[in-house]
Amino acid sequence: MDLALQLLFTGIGIGAVYALVALGFVLIFRATNVVNFAQGEFSMVAAYLMVVFAVDLGWPYWLSFLLALAGMALLGAIFNLGVYYPLRHRTFLPVIIATIGASILLANSVLAIYGPQPQVLEGWFETPGIQLGPVYLDSQYLLIIAVTMILVVFNYWFFEHTMLGKKLQATSQDKEMASLLGISVSTMIMITFIYSAVLGGLAGILVAPVLFVSIQMGSTIALKAFAATIIGGFGDVAGAIIGGLALGIIETFGAAYISVPYKDGFAFLVLVLFLVFRPQGIFGERVAEKA
Amino acid sequence: MSAPSENMSMAVATPRGKPLLLRHLPYFIGAAILVTLAATMRFDGYIHNILMQATTFAIAVFGLSVVLGLCGQINLAQAAFFGLGAYAVGIGTSDYHISYWLCLAAGCVIALLAGALLGMSTLRLGGHYLAMVTISFQQIVTLVMINTIWLTHGPDGVPRIGRPDLFQSSQSYLAFCVAMLALVGYFVWHLSNTRLGRAMRAVRDNELAAGVVGIDVFSTKVSAFALSAVLGGLAGGLFAGGFAYVSPDQFSFAESVVFLTMSLLGGVASPIGSAIGTGLLILIPEWLRFLKSVPGLYLAIYGLSVILIIRYMPDGIWGFVNIATERWRAKAKVHAAGPALQLVPATVGGDTVLEVKGLAKYFGGLKAVDDVDIAVRRGGVHALIGPNGSGKTTTLNVLSGLYPATAGRVILDGTDVTDMPPHLRAAAGLGRTFQNIRLFRSMTALENVVIGAERPGNTLIGKGGEDALNDRAMSALTFVGLGTRANELISSFSYGHQRLIEIARALAANPTLLLLDEPAAGLNSSEKLELHELLKRIAAQGLTILIIDHDMTLVSEAAQHITVLNFGRRIADGESMAVLRHPDVVSAYLGTE
Repeated sequence: MDLALQLLFTGIGIGAVYALVALGFVLIFRATNVVNFAQGEFSMVAAYLMVVFAVDLGWPYWLSFLLALAGMALLGAIFNLGVYYPLRHRTFLPVIIATIGASILLANSVLAIYGPQPQVLEGWFETPGIQLGPVYLDSQYLLIIAVTMILVVFNYWFFEHTMLGKKLQATSQDKEMASLLGISVSTMIMITFIYSAVLGGLAGILVAPVLFVSIQMGSTIALKAFAATIIGGFGDVAGAIIGGLALGIIETFGAAYISVPYKDGFAFLVLVLFLVFRPQGIFGERVAEKA
Repeated sequence: MSAPSENMSMAVATPRGKPLLLRHLPYFIGAAILVTLAATMRFDGYIHNILMQATTFAIAVFGLSVVLGLCGQINLAQAAFFGLGAYAVGIGTSDYHISYWLCLAAGCVIALLAGALLGMSTLRLGGHYLAMVTISFQQIVTLVMINTIWLTHGPDGVPRIGRPDLFQSSQSYLAFCVAMLALVGYFVWHLSNTRLGRAMRAVRDNELAAGVVGIDVFSTKVSAFALSAVLGGLAGGLFAGGFAYVSPDQFSFAESVVFLTMSLLGGVASPIGSAIGTGLLILIPEWLRFLKSVPGLYLAIYGLSVILIIRYMPDGIWGFVNIATERWRAKAKVHAAGPALQLVPATVGGDTVLEVKGLAKYFGGLKAVDDVDIAVRRGGVHALIGPNGSGKTTTLNVLSGLYPATAGRVILDGTDVTDMPPHLRAAAGLGRTFQNIRLFRSMTALENVVIGAERPGNTLIGKGGEDALNDRAMSALTFVGLGTRANELISSFSYGHQRLIEIARALAANPTLLLLDEPAAGLNSSEKLELHELLKRIAAQGLTILIIDHDMTLVSEAAQHITVLNFGRRIADGESMAVLRHPDVVSAYLGTE
């Protein structure tokens, strides 16, 4: 029982990371109808930026953090201009392939610069964690859960209660109509990419002390996050978060009770089960193409 | 829609009667020369390895040209299928001493099953799902190769892989692989002009239209995916025999990316492109070996190339060459006009060709169509009219199976089609056109209409041979007045002509009932007159038409019977003139005082 509680806590912590990346997926999907396959690499690049600033250069943690996020904003902008924007009038297949290309480019550029050796990033807090009854609460996991909760609330407030958020929503629902209302569609898409790159980066920085900082962390997180969005219901914000948490928990328990080497396989198994039995996910609705 | 005169006979006709294999003789002679060269020329070991790799990789890339090029579905796990074939041959010949041929066949079957299962779980959904699921599958296969040490030897890999007794020397084995490459290449090249290949291209161009003309979209996609997986497995099995050693890192996601880049670089639409891309991406890294000293640099360059190719050269090198040399190549073969179009609608049921009872379609709380009855009598033109938003197009979409009905029955010529998917309704004799034209845009007018003629259940194409299909399609195109432009691509036709091609596609199928969704929309007045003439000529052949249109002149002149919808309900039904004078109809269109 104690072990189960401990696993539950860890699962929620890992799940929160998947939820954050999934959120980035969903935002870009809603704005552009494109799944960004490089979303996971945003997390990986941000973690490496942290290693460069905080470990290699020895700058203060908070400064490194801000610089890494600024770097992610810049990367999001470049990504939009270099990968998505030129293809915005093409069908989804070329765009998907281009984002896959970008994901390979990012991962392997970092590999070429930094080498295959995984890097270590310290956590934010000095205290490693607190013992609460039978459960040991790791401080980094606590931070991850807290930040995810704050971001979920922030997202809700931002999209529902600010003008900019409403403009972004309008753009994602009907680009043509939005532009007729005087909303600059290209600006809104730019903002979406920057925002989701920062979100993905944040997830990477938060999870880096828990995992190693490695080239593979991006694709691993992205696959889980994508599975999370399908489990939750594609394109649904609440679904992405619930799906992420569920996946984190399933995976942690699976690794503890079934098999460690196949830990990454559980996400796939759950994904296929959902695809076969409930492809619209927990919250999604079936949508038919209009004739 | 000025129709060019169709009276003059065509100058050149397709050469007929020559068996396919004879026409393709040059290909086989070329292939035989290549195999002989591979079997007799003396290569040093290094060159031999490069040729071995290029040959086997090219077969795997052919697989991508089927699934991605022909069918427009993505496969990011080709290295995993390649690996399944390679490990089957590796483990089978090395650990269990099973015959090479048996292992190769087993590898293909395993890849086929894996591909089919993966496809069946995912291909009903959008392309994003497929991309992610194939990546996940790729990771799982790699995990299994590394971790099931009792079977796969884990990271150490499988050594001492055997070859067939017949091809023990590396020279003869290479010749055998080249022969396999030539065979697979022929198969893939020929595939695009077979029924299955046309179906794949139709699915790629327009899934909705493909279903409505009688193509089983889902099973076509699964076939394409499974076929691609088999070619991956076959290539992997050949690869394992060639190098006698396999290890998990040879079949990682990175290799899937390499396969994808090869395919995109050469041109995903054609096996020639695949071969070019494979050759280049095997040779270039050999020339630039110094880049290999930095890990990741190669793949980074591949990633960048993918982005650049997609943006600047979407059809790859071969597509680029094709466009550049178009002017010098011989003109496409001209087809004879074909006999005058015959329409022989099936008459199984009684007087009523379409019976709709209590049909309803709700979208959430919105009752788009509610308790509608329609009885379309055999022969003649029946119109379904109503103001905007009255539920006409929704009704048509429910009739053709694009939306499932909430309630009610649809009986077509005696067959209850209510629960059938679109392609089975097409097979049952339903033809239709779309308000916003849905043609297969990468194909010629003739190919579009051939796909229509191929409708399962079309009795007028004999055994469905190439000549019979072409004849039928040419007759239909000639019937709508576009026979002389059969080999032009859809994009070169005007809007009005594209409509006619869509009608020809439906007519070629020899349907029992033809649904026309606002055929006059966007046509000018003289085009409308010609459309009216066309409708008369169709009706004269005994084909029943159910038409939706806004143009009251067209409807009142062409239709003998009219059903009127408003707010999703039927408000009037009967003989044309009487219905149009019906007070409810007048008030629905003009408003009440």
